[in-house]
Amino acid sequence: MSTPENARAGHPILWTLAVLMAAVVAFIAYLVFAPGPTAFAKGQRIALADYHDKDPTGVPDELKSASLEVRGEYLARAADCAACHTVRGGETFAGGRAFILPFGTIYSTNITPDADTGIGAYTDADFLNAVHKGLGRANGKLYPAMPYASYTYMTDADALAIKAYLFTLKPLHAPTPTNTLAFPFNQRGLMSIWSAMFNPDKRYEPDLQRDAVWNRGAYLAEAMGHCGECHTPRNLAFALNNRKKFAGAVQAGWRAYNITPDRSSGVGTWSDAEMSQYLSTGHAQGRGMASGPMGEAVDASLSHLQAGDLAALMTYLRTVPGIATDDLPVLRTTPAAATFAEGGSFSSEAGGSAVYAGACAGCHGWTGVTPGVASVTLMGIRGVNDATATNVAQVIIHGGERLAPDGPLNMPAFGSAYSDSEIAGVANYVTARFGARASALTAAEVAKLRTQE
Amino acid sequence: MIRPSPAAASSTRRDFLKTAGSATAVALTIGFEWLGPPRRAMAAVGSPAVFAPNAFLRVGADGSVTVIAKHVEMGQGAHTGIATVLAEELDADWKQVRVESAPANAKLYANLAFGTMQGTGGSSAMANSWSQLREAGAKGRAMLLAAAAQEWKVPVSDLTVDKGVVYHAGSKRQAAFGALASRAAALPVPDNVTLKDPQDFKLIGHQCPRLDVPSKVDGSAQFTLDVALPGMLVALLKRPPLFGATVKSFDPNAASAVPGVVKVVQVPRGVAVVAKSFWAAKQGRDALSVDWDDSHAEKRSTSQMMNEYRQLAERPAASALKVGDAAAAIKSATHTVAASYEFPYLAHAPMEPLDAVVKLTAGSCEIWAGDQFQTVDQGNAAKAAGLEPQQVSIHTLFAGGSFGRRANVGSDYIVEAVSIAKAYGADGTPIKLQWTREDDIHGGLYRPMYFHKLEAGLNERKELVGWRHVIVGQSIMAGGLFEVMVKDGIDPTSVEGASTIAYKIPNIDVELSTTKNAVPVLWWRVVGSSHTTFAVEAFIDEVAHAAGKDPFAFRRDLLEHEPRMKAVLELAADKAGWNNGPMPKGKGRGIAVGEAFKTFVAQVAEVSVDDRGRVTVDRVVCAVDCGIPINPDVIAAQMEGGIGFGLGAVMYSAITLQDGRVEQDNFNSYRVLRMNEMPKIEVHIIPSGEAPTGVGEPGVAPIGPAVANAIFAATGTRVHVLPFPKSNQV
Amino acid sequence: MSTSFELNGVSTTLDADPAMPLLWAIREVAGLHGTKFGCGMALCGACTVHVSGKPVRSCVMPLSAVAGKQVTTIEGLQSKQAKAVQEAWILLQVPQCGYCQSGQVMSATALLESNAEPTDADIDGAMSGNICRCATYTRIRAAIHAAAQSIKA
Repeated sequence: MSTPENARAGHPILWTLAVLMAAVVAFIAYLVFAPGPTAFAKGQRIALADYHDKDPTGVPDELKSASLEVRGEYLARAADCAACHTVRGGETFAGGRAFILPFGTIYSTNITPDADTGIGAYTDADFLNAVHKGLGRANGKLYPAMPYASYTYMTDADALAIKAYLFTLKPLHAPTPTNTLAFPFNQRGLMSIWSAMFNPDKRYEPDLQRDAVWNRGAYLAEAMGHCGECHTPRNLAFALNNRKKFAGAVQAGWRAYNITPDRSSGVGTWSDAEMSQYLSTGHAQGRGMASGPMGEAVDASLSHLQAGDLAALMTYLRTVPGIATDDLPVLRTTPAAATFAEGGSFSSEAGGSAVYAGACAGCHGWTGVTPGVASVTLMGIRGVNDATATNVAQVIIHGGERLAPDGPLNMPAFGSAYSDSEIAGVANYVTARFGARASALTAAEVAKLRTQE
Repeated sequence: MIRPSPAAASSTRRDFLKTAGSATAVALTIGFEWLGPPRRAMAAVGSPAVFAPNAFLRVGADGSVTVIAKHVEMGQGAHTGIATVLAEELDADWKQVRVESAPANAKLYANLAFGTMQGTGGSSAMANSWSQLREAGAKGRAMLLAAAAQEWKVPVSDLTVDKGVVYHAGSKRQAAFGALASRAAALPVPDNVTLKDPQDFKLIGHQCPRLDVPSKVDGSAQFTLDVALPGMLVALLKRPPLFGATVKSFDPNAASAVPGVVKVVQVPRGVAVVAKSFWAAKQGRDALSVDWDDSHAEKRSTSQMMNEYRQLAERPAASALKVGDAAAAIKSATHTVAASYEFPYLAHAPMEPLDAVVKLTAGSCEIWAGDQFQTVDQGNAAKAAGLEPQQVSIHTLFAGGSFGRRANVGSDYIVEAVSIAKAYGADGTPIKLQWTREDDIHGGLYRPMYFHKLEAGLNERKELVGWRHVIVGQSIMAGGLFEVMVKDGIDPTSVEGASTIAYKIPNIDVELSTTKNAVPVLWWRVVGSSHTTFAVEAFIDEVAHAAGKDPFAFRRDLLEHEPRMKAVLELAADKAGWNNGPMPKGKGRGIAVGEAFKTFVAQVAEVSVDDRGRVTVDRVVCAVDCGIPINPDVIAAQMEGGIGFGLGAVMYSAITLQDGRVEQDNFNSYRVLRMNEMPKIEVHIIPSGEAPTGVGEPGVAPIGPAVANAIFAATGTRVHVLPFPKSNQV
Repeated sequence: MSTSFELNGVSTTLDADPAMPLLWAIREVAGLHGTKFGCGMALCGACTVHVSGKPVRSCVMPLSAVAGKQVTTIEGLQSKQAKAVQEAWILLQVPQCGYCQSGQVMSATALLESNAEPTDADIDGAMSGNICRCATYTRIRAAIHAAAQSIKA
């Protein structure tokens, strides 16, 4: 509706501009003043030096007397450096792994002590700059695929222990492939602005109201394991949105699930034993198997944690506020009908049942509770109860390998021999038959998932 | 005895290869110096042989008739067919007939189609045994009759035989074979016998139940996997990840530490873990770390190779067939058609992964295997063991499928087993080499990858006047025992089916460009026709379409001079209801015909293509002419199986290399046909009095092009790349 | 370590690595050779046995998982459905190379034990996990129908 005043040229635009400006400022403020990773705890934070309970940083008691390099190795595992700095099937820490982001592809760097292509020429200060601030020695600002906004909470001592360990490794000559980022993202300078806004550049500050176990868990989850980098959704500026901390996000084509204690969407119904087994072995009976990036995190990092650290991590996870996610319903536990014919009809992407009959039923059975190896039961698994079927499709495409307590589990990769339509069909068939809500994955979406690492 | 003579048969361009498969001519040029029986006598099995008039027959006192089969039973029904032919002339009771595998002894058991070599292949088992076994049976019968005549003091001409019993109507006397056996054994073997008039056949042409079926239904059939000898160990071999790589060094410690692992030994093909059980050997191999020298290895990808093949197809190549002047005819044609077809490497992937048991001592080598190539394997095993071929004996067991894989000039799996036994110490410990499915898929000896480029010209009356066909790919025969088969740059197995094109075309040019790389290749069920029949039959369909003619009628009109081929084409079309009007929307019919190993097969496929482009093959009608049908039910089974085997390949199967590494591992990525993808099949057999020819392979060839042509009929889209691109299923 | 279970109706204790796949325990420890090795990844069905009456792929099932359970192999088939299946297999001359057929017979028997008159779709559902490279599929289908009819008659 127009009034005589704003009908005149100029004024409405100014008004609109002013409102827009205010919105932008508010939005930037919303982004910049977003809560930190442990803000939910609302406790009083103090500097580490002033904290007199047991030190939540460093290595666990078992390794306290070990050499600097051995401690560094443990911490490098806790920080899961290898997962990103290793190409699948390639030399550990030699870098080169591609990260396909919406605005281009970037590659992880060589962090072996090779002087030319690795970090051989890094001083301690160089290394701390990279880990805490995302400042590369030669190439300026690093992209936040390097989780320096998390690693910034790592103590200098721990970071330098990791460096000491890395410097014991064999130097490998492995130049990092050139990033292929679109403008303006190829402007590394812009990363300074990003850092200024989203990297707090401060070390871990213990929470006085929480005990030492909780603080150790927080340090492991935030400064080291950087769980949030995958499990916390990001805002428009690609920074972690801790208002939805651990509520789940899609990362590298896989869905990192909700790990809040919410009982419908999260891990609230998981027992300590299940969680501990899952984190340490990548598999828990009735909870399924860690695949994709989580499988790598278990292999390269979580499976190496001392029992005390694992317990601390779980203690911390249980205190995060529970958040329900719309498309992650309560897990279905009633098995499907026993025979092929009694499956009901599934309209989305035909042909799924035929693929299931040939390629899947042999192991997984028709009820979802496998007649054979209990470890591969589909009933009650989060991925199957995910109405996007993202991870179901990914596991079908890429397969996975785990060592379960009763022997090795091996999900073959079916991606190369089955069409997008068949994979979409069978993924939808699986969610419809065994999950709480049927997915409607399309062949085009599967084609896109295939391109993700 | 009729011995196919390659020299005589090569009088026409087409007949050269049609004789009995491409290995025919080998006998002329390759001498096997170890043709005698193994020095080490094979233990006699089965009932005591009271009467054994020749190498193929034993009659026991209990009346049992044991037929000694010189061909391996790998599913194709050879044992039953061989027994049928012999039992027919013997007039045996089918219920008393059993089959035993012949030992390795090329003097007695050579494949007459191969010359002086014992082995099975080229769908030749029945063709080469036909006269030999009829004669063997007839001689046995004559001697049993003579024995009865002698005992009863009556003329032979008064005797009759039925189902293993000799009758003398006049005296109402009768005697079963068993009762006559010892007397017959004392009689001389006749030089000449009269064979039956085919009108009198009682077993041939009837449904004799397969002799191997009962044991294959209750789990008692013995495959190599099932060999269990006292003290036997199991070996798994770690082979290089790239073709052409070799062992640089290895660390046996982690593997040796696995409980049950007995020894880790290096052999020419890799490093073997020898253990007390498969599971221990498998875990040991998983733990074994080997450094490979891949400096001479093949590191290219199949996509690069195919690019190279495409370019080679544009360059001059060796001539496999030249009739008239095809280039000129196409140049002056009023319409031209051109297309290319791409074929991937294919693994045989028999259900039984390769395996062999070897018991090696300082002076003997005893082998148990589903052996398809006894004489070659004997020679190679001897070489690997450092023995004489006569010191090698082979127990041929049922093969759990082969499709050509177990017949290879290097005897790969046999030599591996022998070399492991030798490296272990050659101390008489039986060792079973077991391949895993991954070993099989990664293991090479694939059907070669090929590129085909075709051009055709039509005149103003839409008649086919010129045909040019260029084939690019590796040679199966080159560089091995059968190198002599390659003449003037032409490996016949690369071009058979194309250089033997049956259609009457005035100007034909078929050329071959042979490529080389380190990927080992081998014949695969139906050999050259596995790709040439696709190219010819898919392209002739494109030409028919360009000429505005019905694909069936177009073919038929070009086959007036080939009555047997024309007859199967017409029978298949008729039974399929080819002329019953168009199919509903989304459905299509396609036809294809081919000849392989002198057997003629035509197939009509009916497909449905849904709105996502997914192809379902609903029905296949097959007509076959294989001469006298020895066992119609086995013929039908081989056609059904051949169709399923060929269909899986064109729809799903491919071995691809990325930077030299095979990208497939197991049936998850090397996809084959499953139950719910099998069409309904009808098989019609042409009655014939011609000498029988093989049925194990020829049914495979036409199904691919028949389905591709049906897809075109349903959708208007041609298939030019195999396996059918996934977009065709999306 | 030893694992105890019922094998073809006989209480059996096998002394073997509990992680050893049931297939190899049956074949190499118990000495029953009818169950075959085809892929080792539950992709082909050649190793199908019944555990507590249900068809399972023994090549991926650790021995430990059958402790206290009933395992039936091709050698131990007794039910009327099994006999009908085996008779139909002979009548219709199903096998070619025969290597996969123990697994096919086990899957078909399990199907008929739970479904007296399976449709073609039921057969596809129950049998598509069993690969036959000889492609005896049309005869397997016909033989299952024939076995169902013979039991009914």
